[in-house]
Amino acid sequence: MATSPAATPAVGTADDTPDLAAFRAETRAWLQANCPPEMRQPMASEEDVCWGGRKFRPSSPAQKLWLDRMAARGWTVPTWPQAYGGAGLSSLQAKVLAQEMRALNCRSPLNSFGIWMLGPALLKFGTEAQKLEHLPPIARGEIRWCQGYSEPNAGSDLASLATKAEDMGDHFVVNGQKIWTSYADKADWIFCLVRTDTSNKHNGISFVLFDMASPGVRTQPILLISGASPFCETFFDNVRVEKRNLVGTLNKGWDVAKYLLGHEREMIGSIGDRAAARPLGLQAAAAIGLDAQGRLADPLLRAQIAEFEVDEAAFRLMMERAGDLARGKQAHPALPSMLKYYGAELNKRRWELMMGVFGADALEWESDRSRHGDRARTWLRTKANSIEGGTSEVQLNIISKRILELPGA
Amino acid sequence: MALILTDDQAQLRDSARDFLSEQSPVSALRQLRDSHDADGFSRPLWARFAEMGYTGVLVPEAHGGLGLGHVEAGVVMDQIGHQLCASPLLASGIVATTALTLAGSTAQQAAWLPRLAAAQAIATLAIDEAGKHRPQQLATTARAEGAGWLLDGAKTLVLDGHVADLFIVAARVGEAGTGLFLVDAGAPGVAVERTVMVDAHNAARVRFQGVRLGADALLGTPETGAATLAATLDAGRCAAAAELLGLADEVFARTIDYIKQRKQFGKLIGEFQGLQHRAAVLYADLEISRAALLKAQQALDADIHTAGRAVAVAKARAGRTATTAVQEGVQMHGGMGMTDAFEIGFFMKRARVLQELWGDHHFHTDAFASHRGY
Repeated sequence: MATSPAATPAVGTADDTPDLAAFRAETRAWLQANCPPEMRQPMASEEDVCWGGRKFRPSSPAQKLWLDRMAARGWTVPTWPQAYGGAGLSSLQAKVLAQEMRALNCRSPLNSFGIWMLGPALLKFGTEAQKLEHLPPIARGEIRWCQGYSEPNAGSDLASLATKAEDMGDHFVVNGQKIWTSYADKADWIFCLVRTDTSNKHNGISFVLFDMASPGVRTQPILLISGASPFCETFFDNVRVEKRNLVGTLNKGWDVAKYLLGHEREMIGSIGDRAAARPLGLQAAAAIGLDAQGRLADPLLRAQIAEFEVDEAAFRLMMERAGDLARGKQAHPALPSMLKYYGAELNKRRWELMMGVFGADALEWESDRSRHGDRARTWLRTKANSIEGGTSEVQLNIISKRILELPGA
Repeated sequence: MALILTDDQAQLRDSARDFLSEQSPVSALRQLRDSHDADGFSRPLWARFAEMGYTGVLVPEAHGGLGLGHVEAGVVMDQIGHQLCASPLLASGIVATTALTLAGSTAQQAAWLPRLAAAQAIATLAIDEAGKHRPQQLATTARAEGAGWLLDGAKTLVLDGHVADLFIVAARVGEAGTGLFLVDAGAPGVAVERTVMVDAHNAARVRFQGVRLGADALLGTPETGAATLAATLDAGRCAAAAELLGLADEVFARTIDYIKQRKQFGKLIGEFQGLQHRAAVLYADLEISRAALLKAQQALDADIHTAGRAVAVAKARAGRTATTAVQEGVQMHGGMGMTDAFEIGFFMKRARVLQELWGDHHFHTDAFASHRGY
């Protein structure tokens, strides 16, 4: 180790081109002028996350202002074309924007399955009319989407799904049940995998969109071990879906689903990254104390935390490299599976250690002091990271088959 | 800076791959070992290293080198790892060259750097004194005597010590100072004992007993010595990490090939999920460690004095990942992996040495935590 103290390295400005440097300066100035101070504080709870949608009630005026300003600039979806509510930024410019937002501790103005999952799929597979209808409301945070994938008997083996869409000429009629539908009870629209051909497993699935307010849609939240209900059972009873809401080709929805899952996996994989607020080791130092040598006064826990943080630092660099590889057209298409696998496992490790760090204080479930058991609930919530969006075991199967090309995988 | 190789760097990697796989495959190391080669490396190959520019990769152009950076040096070390090529490149071309470039006087640089770049001399750092790497607990001392210095101490794990022309010796100066001293291998009071290592690479124990040095033997000053030493070690650690990941990638590729060919129970063993998932986890670890390595190399090039934390992450990850890779390599090759006739064991042995060199993953994980402030 060098003995001189290394501050967090300055954001990578050294190799900016003149154009990029100008964009960086402009971006920084705009963010400083437009990001409300409240939106530069670490989030205190789930309420501080902005999901948008018809049912959304902002937790503060600043939250709404920040969303509206960013949306007006196209920066909730910076790389999308301007016609669809984006800013048409290059991927390098978007990287600069992300770096500058991180440098100022700006919160994400909008979390959205529409942005992370449906948007990329519509941009690739949607018709012009579909893009114009659905993308701008996503960018503005007006419509909140949920994903209808898993079913009671189609989990890891998703392609065995049975929810049926019957062709009625000008429309489909959908009947069946989904499960683990994230925030279905809060969502406005759903993108949904349905069976349109029972004689063909993978080539009998279609990708459709419909309004959750349609007659025949019912949601039932599922109480989890964390005490929260982020997932629902979703029931469809003769739901009418217009033909124009079919995305891609009939019976070829699996291609759309696979493409979209790649984005979902990257998103879940990045959880370990986004959640990294204050280094775990420093939180531990504050909670447990240091010994005379300035080391955490719990040597075995210190060793585990340090090993975790080394892995976390390396994984963050891998996320950065994955972006650079993608920009250089060098990324393996199955790389998101690796990121999803590792990010999920890393986040579970973080929260096991977090519980160890805070000991009895992290066990309280209801007190105001513990913000209603925030730590314990988050710890329990992370256990789903390696299940949702394809289990860790499924990701390892995908790596084996598509990257390592092992036989019979 | 993007965390991928530039076109030039990728070209250097490809040419190093072609050159080394042709000129120095693993069988060359076996040959050196079995013939009890007196040098422990091939001098003709070493001369070719100079022609290829490897020995001068970090030497400034003014002194006859290529004046490139640690990413380029790492790209070559990576390919050396693939072929387990034994050479003084790590000790001389990277570590000693870094120390001389960082802190050498004009005269010191002029005396040594052109010869190191041309492979006409070998220099090596003498730092460790016991089994574990503890660079901040030096027992070796240098006392001012007349206009010069008197050096006393004993060093171990001195890479290529028995073929070195120059030692760069880390010693305590006074109560708080650290000095790096240039010591001619032939100086009176220097005693070298070659200690061939488990991986058939060169190391030595070197004693310095009342070695008299001129005032011009000191590299930099006792005040800057600690910083120079730290930066020099970081360059070495990062290069060792590159060699580790190179050898780990090679073992992994060979192992994946093997489980696609070996049949048991009427199946290719690569069809068994018990192996598939372990291979997939290892793949993830290799890729993630590579990202950390590239970042550390870029950090060294940006500012070698503040790259410590990035290097600690890279060396810790590379040490752990390579250790897993060689163990899985031997296990998945089954009994064949245990035979000397098969090459996998050579990789395991080299990984053990590189893991230990200039701090194992415990050392660097601990350093990372201290750096973070806990």
